[in-house]
Amino acid sequence: MDLEKMANRIRRDIIHAVYSAQSGHPGGSLSGVEILTYLFFEEMKIDPKESKKKERDFFVMSKGHATPLYYSVLSERGYFERELLEGFRKIDSILQGHPVRGIPGVDMSTGSLGQGISTAVGMALSQKLDKSNYQTYVLMGDGEANEGIVWEALMSAAHYKLDNLTVFMDHNGLQIDGKNEDVMNIEPIGDKFRAFGWEVINIDGHSFKEIKEAIDKAKTIKEKPTLILAKTIKGKGVSFMENDYNWHGKAPNEEEYKKAMKELGGGF
Amino acid sequence: MRATREAYGETLVELGHENKDIVVLDADLSGSTKSGDFKKVFPERFFNVGIAEQNLVGISAGLSVGGKIPFASTFAMFLTGRAFEIIRNSVCYPNLNVKLCATHAGLTVGEDGASHQALEDIALMRVLPNMTVFSPSDFYETKKCIRAALDIEGPVYVRMGRGKTPIITGEDYEFTIGKGITMRDGKDLTIIATGVMVSKAIEAAKILEKEGISARVINIHTIKPLDEDIIIKAAKETGKIITAEEHSIHGGLGSVVAEVVSERCPVMVRKIGVDDKFGKSGDGSLLLKEYGLSAENIAKIAKEMEG
Repeated sequence: MDLEKMANRIRRDIIHAVYSAQSGHPGGSLSGVEILTYLFFEEMKIDPKESKKKERDFFVMSKGHATPLYYSVLSERGYFERELLEGFRKIDSILQGHPVRGIPGVDMSTGSLGQGISTAVGMALSQKLDKSNYQTYVLMGDGEANEGIVWEALMSAAHYKLDNLTVFMDHNGLQIDGKNEDVMNIEPIGDKFRAFGWEVINIDGHSFKEIKEAIDKAKTIKEKPTLILAKTIKGKGVSFMENDYNWHGKAPNEEEYKKAMKELGGGF
Repeated sequence: MRATREAYGETLVELGHENKDIVVLDADLSGSTKSGDFKKVFPERFFNVGIAEQNLVGISAGLSVGGKIPFASTFAMFLTGRAFEIIRNSVCYPNLNVKLCATHAGLTVGEDGASHQALEDIALMRVLPNMTVFSPSDFYETKKCIRAALDIEGPVYVRMGRGKTPIITGEDYEFTIGKGITMRDGKDLTIIATGVMVSKAIEAAKILEKEGISARVINIHTIKPLDEDIIIKAAKETGKIITAEEHSIHGGLGSVVAEVVSERCPVMVRKIGVDDKFGKSGDGSLLLKEYGLSAENIAKIAKEMEG
């Protein structure tokens, strides 16, 4: 699997989905592409044909608004037809604006920030009860760490020694109203997780090599959950979206769409 | 006299033996909610999340995704209040098989006072799609409700109290989800009650009988789905309704009865409960009297309605 090629394809899917809907969250979807591509195509023990059985890895998209990313990855991975992406957010589509359990491949309904990671603690706990070797993965945002429930979840994950729980933080530094540091500072975020009893691994969130190394390392950590703190760029891959918080929840117009797809080197 | 929460603890242990997928969670109140009874027997299936009710519900949702059947408990105030949105978005919206069993609902929490006296929980839970709401009247009915909760595939809320209450049902009485029970027949008016107020309604009917007024008493143990037919039949046959609940009169049993009746068979509905006030500290049974949640007050209102 050529991961870079798949990542590029997913970026085009994201732009196309948001453009078709004229609604959605491109910036925070583009920043998580490499993480989700690696998880779904290289790492996770999942089978699109057996999405209902519980003997498998679980994934929670705690930053629920990154549905353009999540749905693109699920469709490319074989959970449903790619054409459905064109119906994203539309009234007669199964592809709701935020993830819904029931969409093939989606384990948990999310969208209200902070809740996903709390439910992931429950999933990891159920795997421990079953003494299975399966893992639970989460993608969360940095602004999401403003929510109190996140800290309740972190505390409990460490208390229950959930070494089968790995959280990726898509740390692109921006939230809706601006930079994290200007809205509500979360730094030093890595230290905070460590203080809550987590193992913390810092990576470049766009490097497949570093993502792989971090996941492999996380699997060796016993009795502690792991945070893979991924430094990312909001809007990564589309020059005029990169590092701009205005692209959190805005759809490209026709001219911007064409420009973005050209930069990404192709069509839908 | 036995406390409904004792029935919870006892039934959990029974169910724990019957079903290995059941797990129990609490938020540092396992001694009070009696979920601790389960912990004694099945410590590996019991999880305390500490004083963190939102996480309590989130973790329960996740456990059910993993195939477990979680029974999560804490006080009604914090379960339905603090964790309301988690219940809505992580349990009801994905329609997960999570059982939310709250104790210490209502004024009879007593001395702890207003911050702990949940008078809004029925209103909050009944308005959520996919939620089943049980409000058992006594020890044995609680056992039935907890078992019924397990039989339902989906979110369930069970409302229990703190104090000991009279036994008015029995070990083997017939319980059907969503079917109200006529505790006492009558023809002049109907008292529709839930929870702690059912026994008070029966007492009120006895007071009224001595004064020549025949009051029907209906026990609504399932607020949602509601037994509309038994209520409409009472409206048609008796023409006057009093509702009684240890809850605000805004949004709870009284409201839901008035909603149904106004649409299908409009009759006067007088609601007994807490009228837009907070509770306060005091002995539980004295509080009930002071707030008008008594057999005497029900009888007084009935006489006013009879004119």
